[in-house]
Amino acid sequence: MKTVLKCENLHVYYGSIHAIKGVSFEVGEGEIVTLIGANGAGKSTTLNTVGGLLKPREGIIEFEGKSILGVAPHKVVSEGMALCPEGRRVFAQLSVKENLEMGAYTRPASEIPETLEKVYEHFPRLKERQSQMAGTLSGGEQQMLAMGRALMSKPRLMMLDEPSMGLAPILVDQIFDIIKALNKAGTTILLVEQNAQMALSIADRAYVLETGRIVNTGTGKELLNDDSVKKAYLGG
Amino acid sequence: MLVHLINGISLGSIYAIIALGYTMVYGIAKMLNFAHGDVIMIGGYVAFFALTSDKLNLPAPVAVLLAIIVCTILGITIERLAYKPLRAATSLAVLITAIGMSYFLQNSALLLWGANPKAFPDMFKNAEAIELFGAKISPVALVAIFANIVIMIILTLFTTRTKMGKAMRAVSEDKGAATLMGINVNFTISLTFAIGSGLAAIAGVLLCSAYPTLMPTTGSLPGIKAFTAAVFGGIGSIPGAMIGGILLGVIEILARAYISSELADAIVFGVLIVVLIFRPTGLLGKQIHEKV
Repeated sequence: MKTVLKCENLHVYYGSIHAIKGVSFEVGEGEIVTLIGANGAGKSTTLNTVGGLLKPREGIIEFEGKSILGVAPHKVVSEGMALCPEGRRVFAQLSVKENLEMGAYTRPASEIPETLEKVYEHFPRLKERQSQMAGTLSGGEQQMLAMGRALMSKPRLMMLDEPSMGLAPILVDQIFDIIKALNKAGTTILLVEQNAQMALSIADRAYVLETGRIVNTGTGKELLNDDSVKKAYLGG
Repeated sequence: MLVHLINGISLGSIYAIIALGYTMVYGIAKMLNFAHGDVIMIGGYVAFFALTSDKLNLPAPVAVLLAIIVCTILGITIERLAYKPLRAATSLAVLITAIGMSYFLQNSALLLWGANPKAFPDMFKNAEAIELFGAKISPVALVAIFANIVIMIILTLFTTRTKMGKAMRAVSEDKGAATLMGINVNFTISLTFAIGSGLAAIAGVLLCSAYPTLMPTTGSLPGIKAFTAAVFGGIGSIPGAMIGGILLGVIEILARAYISSELADAIVFGVLIVVLIFRPTGLLGKQIHEKV
């Protein structure tokens, strides 16, 4: 299997706070890989570092064999990866369609209508609401918009940060079904979740983060049955 | 009455054009650029020298264009040198820097061009005052109103129809998310300063044509009033700047005509205080509420 993303010995600081302490992991082509862990374990920090929003003080990040450490933050998306951030962060004052257009900011204008149709196929609800301000959408719809927006850049690697946060269980199921469908359609997925049960059940492989370090790794199934993981994250 | 109203709208249009610079920069960079008023003054001086110097003696449209170009470059330079290094600093540090930049520009003008007021040439001397329902309206007043309308239409189309304009709105909401989309936030901020400063040049020329004394402090008070207009309309909102500016101009001129010219400014700021008590975010200000 080809490695899409490789992080080695990442160290990230917020000021003097050492948030990520030597994290290494890999994501192979076509995989769903998840990082699970408690609040403050460093999951989002890791993802934001890969997405270019934070610069590691030390370590290697390679995307498709090429280092992306020197790439300007706004150019990371052009490399072929998209980050769907925690808390959705849709542009509330822009319409649904404008939000999606922003997702395709780095793509040629000519291909936008086609990509837009594809995204609407995954999220028919967004099409119904395309001229509505994004701020008026429900939480679940905003999550769909955030994912649709990330898809608009046609990423080969899609990173999702807490897509289930604050959503009703039925919507969580729906979002995870969509993640699986996107993966089937050929997009590699790196997923960060607090909902370990859900994340492990769809993941090919998983890493467990604790206070900035990776403490466990295995296939989704292995970790679902792992005693320490069960105890810490799956409620016994 | 009608003539006061139209003069008020005209003065208000100038305030509105200045207020746009404040409000756009605030919307994108979340900072109050108190040097904005002084960019107006620089625009006035550039146009003045372009029109009057024996060597240049440029026709009016070229002089205005030159002022716009100089102010645009000045705006980008100010942002690059003074504000960009403070991107991660506290807003108080940025605010103080902006005030410092304002004094720097005023004193540079004082050093370069002296304290004596210069009489700004009449660019519309060939145009006659227009009679409208028995009221005599000066050509400058009409040009100001017309310029404001055109600018408003262009800016609205720019921010709602173009990719760059939409990106600008995205940056004003969430710089991090905009970066993830591939939008170059630094470039967008520079562009905003460029547009705001170019508009300041237009406002400078209009202001000096309407009130033809030009000195290093010329931009100060109109700058403060336009800032008030931006807050009045709801800072960060483009239509808010337009409405705030025009209301402010009308209130000022009517107060001057019917109440007292000494008290006019006090009344203007008094109205602002009242509006802010009842609508803290201004007339069209965004109520901020987040969905969890």
